[in-house]
Order: sequence, then structure tokens, then C-alpha cells
Amino acid sequence: MVRVDEGVVTALEERAKRIRRHVVESIFHAGSGHPGGSLSAADALTALFFHVMRHDPAKPDMPGRDHFVLSKGHAAPALYAVLAESGYFPVEDLVTLRKIDSHLQGHPDRLKTPGVEASTGSLGQGLSIACGIAAALKIDGDGGHVFTLMGDGELEEGQIWEAALFASHYGLDNLIGIVDRNRLQIDGCTEDIMCIEPLPAKWKAFLWDVIEVDGHDMRALVSALVRARDHADVPTIIVANTVKGKGVSFMENSLNFHGKAPNRTEFERAMEELA
Amino acid sequence: MKVMENPRTAFGETLVELGRKDPDIVSLGADLSSSTKTSMFNDAFPDRFFNCGIAEANMMGVAAGLAIAGKKPFPSTFAVFATGRVYDQIRQSIAYPNLDVKIVATHAGITVGGDGASHQINEDIALMSVLPNMRVIVPADALETRKVVRAAVESPGPMYIRLCRTDMPRVTDGDTPFKIGKWNVLRDGDDISLMGTGLMVERCLDAAAMLRDRGVDAAVINVSTVKPIDRETLFRYARKTGAVVTAEEHSVLLGIGSIIATALVESYPVPLHRIGIPDIFSRSGESEELMGMFGLTAENVVKTALGVLELK
Repeated sequence: MVRVDEGVVTALEERAKRIRRHVVESIFHAGSGHPGGSLSAADALTALFFHVMRHDPAKPDMPGRDHFVLSKGHAAPALYAVLAESGYFPVEDLVTLRKIDSHLQGHPDRLKTPGVEASTGSLGQGLSIACGIAAALKIDGDGGHVFTLMGDGELEEGQIWEAALFASHYGLDNLIGIVDRNRLQIDGCTEDIMCIEPLPAKWKAFLWDVIEVDGHDMRALVSALVRARDHADVPTIIVANTVKGKGVSFMENSLNFHGKAPNRTEFERAMEELA
Repeated sequence: MKVMENPRTAFGETLVELGRKDPDIVSLGADLSSSTKTSMFNDAFPDRFFNCGIAEANMMGVAAGLAIAGKKPFPSTFAVFATGRVYDQIRQSIAYPNLDVKIVATHAGITVGGDGASHQINEDIALMSVLPNMRVIVPADALETRKVVRAAVESPGPMYIRLCRTDMPRVTDGDTPFKIGKWNVLRDGDDISLMGTGLMVERCLDAAAMLRDRGVDAAVINVSTVKPIDRETLFRYARKTGAVVTAEEHSVLLGIGSIIATALVESYPVPLHRIGIPDIFSRSGESEELMGMFGLTAENVVKTALGVLELK
């Protein structure tokens, strides 16, 4: 167990709450978007961008930096929130999400948004991209790491498992995958739509190191991410057990808020809960 | 006597040559590296070659990631697996973010021969040409293949390079320049323009020689860059000759013929006929048997040209 300071945990929890407010607010102003999967991923993203990852918006290409690929591209509002809070672009931009002149596309676009590593949105492709970055870093002897966040429904895409083979075959121990295991996809519960369990056993069978963690326990998340980052020889997957819509009571475990913006009443209620 | 050379070998050798100079060049294969000749690169630079196994979707994604991290990846496999099978990966992970990935596809078209329709893709030019940011190149011979691969490294951004399985007769020479987006006029003429791509360039040259015996002065244009098209050369020769025949080892529905026809009809319509594969799946057979079956011959270019000339 990696020791994490109490002060660090408290600060990260506060930050995560702010990220959630940005998510709800930007999607409300956009009038469309994916609150459920953005809120479930908010804690992992906060832990990565504000504690675990080595990155600097002033020196976005510095050698040895860590990379992040949002494979579940529909959680873009959460990624934009951590990027803005990190200083890649003004926080005020967040409410321009999905607007015609905004650099904040409905799904991440690396050509438009500072800090976005990979253009994603078509599910199943981010892990392959992360493998490519990790392989390049290995060639260059660069000590940076590559983190990628996947959805659980996304694991139904075959390409994920092609990439899983590749990562272990090439010994990409600088690659860390995180599964946002919120157990819901558009048509229902993952296990009803397409059974993906037993997840840890599947990744183990693909020769990955597996860590299972409560994806909303900041201390546990940070500890797992640091352990995974410093792990040698094989890639690591963190199965983060999460709650879709986490932090807003009426969005939690709700299929309805997978891809729907809150109306004004819902928005105001959500912001009160996240105050 | 025609000099016959293999474009895949030319690709493999050129990639090694470039790899010696540029440590950022990396190669990716999908269990076909001995056929695509990227095995040469693997032998020379094993640390910069990634065999992805039979997993083309992942190969394209890994190539995208390598490009994001500053490498110059060349994923390579058979054209049927390098395009249709992974269209979405190329669209989302490579073309949309405009990444410096050079897809070199071999075994395109019907000259794959005996493997049959499952392996003979006649739709790849259509699929790749419609993608924003993507450039599409079809070298006319092995020598031009070398120039194309060298030019590709000098020009960042996504590119699709289409090679065939068979040996190709030499139709260019050391002095013929290759520039992306610039068509070379291999034979000047006043009466009709024969615009060919890939293996059909040689057949257009043969056809021009036969047409000369019939008193027809045909120009032959090597359409090696399918996208972006060379509008300057296209319109200059449409104006000069007033008639066009296009010829390609690809579906006639949405290949160079239709691209050229569309450009002409909007700006300078002239009589035009397209030679290519009709809207059907092909079959197993010897390469030349199949080329003959679909009229991808010099004789058919002559016949087609004479028909177009009657429309002038």
C-alpha cells in the first residue's frame, strides 16, 4: 500500500467536487452530453491530473512527461474540466462545450483542444493508441508513462483485447489502463447487455497485472495509480468500481443520464448537491 | 524487352534505406511482413518493427499512438485488410487527428489472383479518397514506388500508398520526378488523353503506340496521385485533347475514373470513358486472365479510345 497524505486526499476530494460541478454546468449549457460516465470518471481523472501524472501545461511536450488517453471519449466534459483546472485553457471555456465556435468538441479532438492527447469517441480505440505512445517512449528510453481510461461497456469492443495482447507481448510496463466500471451502458446493465465478467480474471489471462479498487475512494485510487505507475515488466489494469452519475443523487445509477443533459431544475439541484 | 520489378521489394528496400537515415521511422505488420516486404525492415531494425499479429485494427491504433509520440509509422498489410477492415480506425484514430501515418497496402486489386474475391479489394481507393486529410498514391512501377516512399517521409500527415502483388514493368526512369499531387505526362499527344493508374499506366503506353499506327496521337498521363488530383494537368490535357479515357485496376464506380469525370463535368466536360472493374466481386484466376476478363488490357484501352474519339 502506497502511503498518501491526509491533506493530499482532502485537497483532491475538493478538486473532484469542483470537476463534477464543471461537468454538470458545461453539459447543462451545451444542452447535450454524457453526465453519467463523466461523473463516474471524475475521481480517477482528478487523481491522475492533480497528483499522479507528471505534466505541465507550460511545457506540454517536456521529455519524461506522462501521457493520458481518454478512450471513453464521451467523458470529454470531465477531461476538459481537469485540463482547464490544470491550466491548459481558461476555465471559462468549459461552458462553450459543443458550441459551434468552441474548441471543446462533443468528443475529444487533439487538434482543437490543448492538452488532449488523442482524438477519441469511437469506442475501443484508445488502448491501441496508448500502446503506440508507450511503445514510442520505450524506443526513446523516455521514462514517461501512459494512462488510459476506458469504459466498461467499451470492453465489448474486440480491438481492446487485440491491444491487451499487444501490451503484454511487448512488455509495456509504462502503460496503465483504468476501467471505469460503472456497470451501465446505454441499453442497460453491462451484465445484461453483454457479460464482461470476470473482469480481473480476463485481464490476468491477458498477462496484465490487475488492481481492483473503489473508484470513488480517493486514497485508494491514488495508491493504486502510484503502484501501477511504478510497476515493472507488465502493463497494469486498474478496475475502478464506480457509480454512474456519482455525486448527483438523481443521476446515480441512472440509465437516463448516460447521454442526457439536465434541465434547469435538475441543473440547479445538482449544483446544490455538489456545493 | 520490358524491365519487370516488384513494387513490394522496392518498398521494403526503400523503407530500410530511409530507416538508416531517420531513426523515427517505424514499421508495423500484421503477420504478413514477408509478403509486404517489411520483413526487411524487421531484419535491419528489430527494435523499430512491431508485428501486431493478425489484428489490423490494433495495428492502426498503435500506429496512431506512435505518431502522436513523434514517430513516423508505416503500418503495412494487404490492401483488403489495410482499408475496409479498419476503415473506422483509420478514420477516427489517424485521419481525423491528421497524424503522420503512412499506410502502405500491398496486394491491391484483382492481380492478387488465385486468392479470389475475399482478398481482391477493388474499393480501397474509394474508401481512402473520401477521408479528409488522407492522400492517396498509386505508383506506376517499382522505381516510382521508391520515390513515393521517400516523398512520403518528407510530407507529414496521413497517406495511403497502394501497391499490387505482381511485378510491374518499368514505365518511369530515374529522371522522372515524383511530386505528391503532380501527374507526369509520360507521352505527349493531341487527340486523346489516356489517364491510367498503377499497372494500367503501362497498358496506356502500349495502347498509345497502337493508336499511333491508326493515326491517333494519344497523350499518356500517370495518375500516381489519386488524391489530391492534379487539376492543372487534368484541365490542360482535357482542353488540349478534348477526350479522355481513364484506366484503373479498381472499381469503376468510385475510382480515379469517377474522380476525374466529376472534376471535368463540373468545369470542362469532354467525352470520357472509364475502364475498371465493374460493380461485381471478382474470382480466382491468374492475374492476366482476370485483367483480360475485365478489359484491363492495352487492346481494350485502344478500343475504348476509338469509341470516345467518335464522341468528340
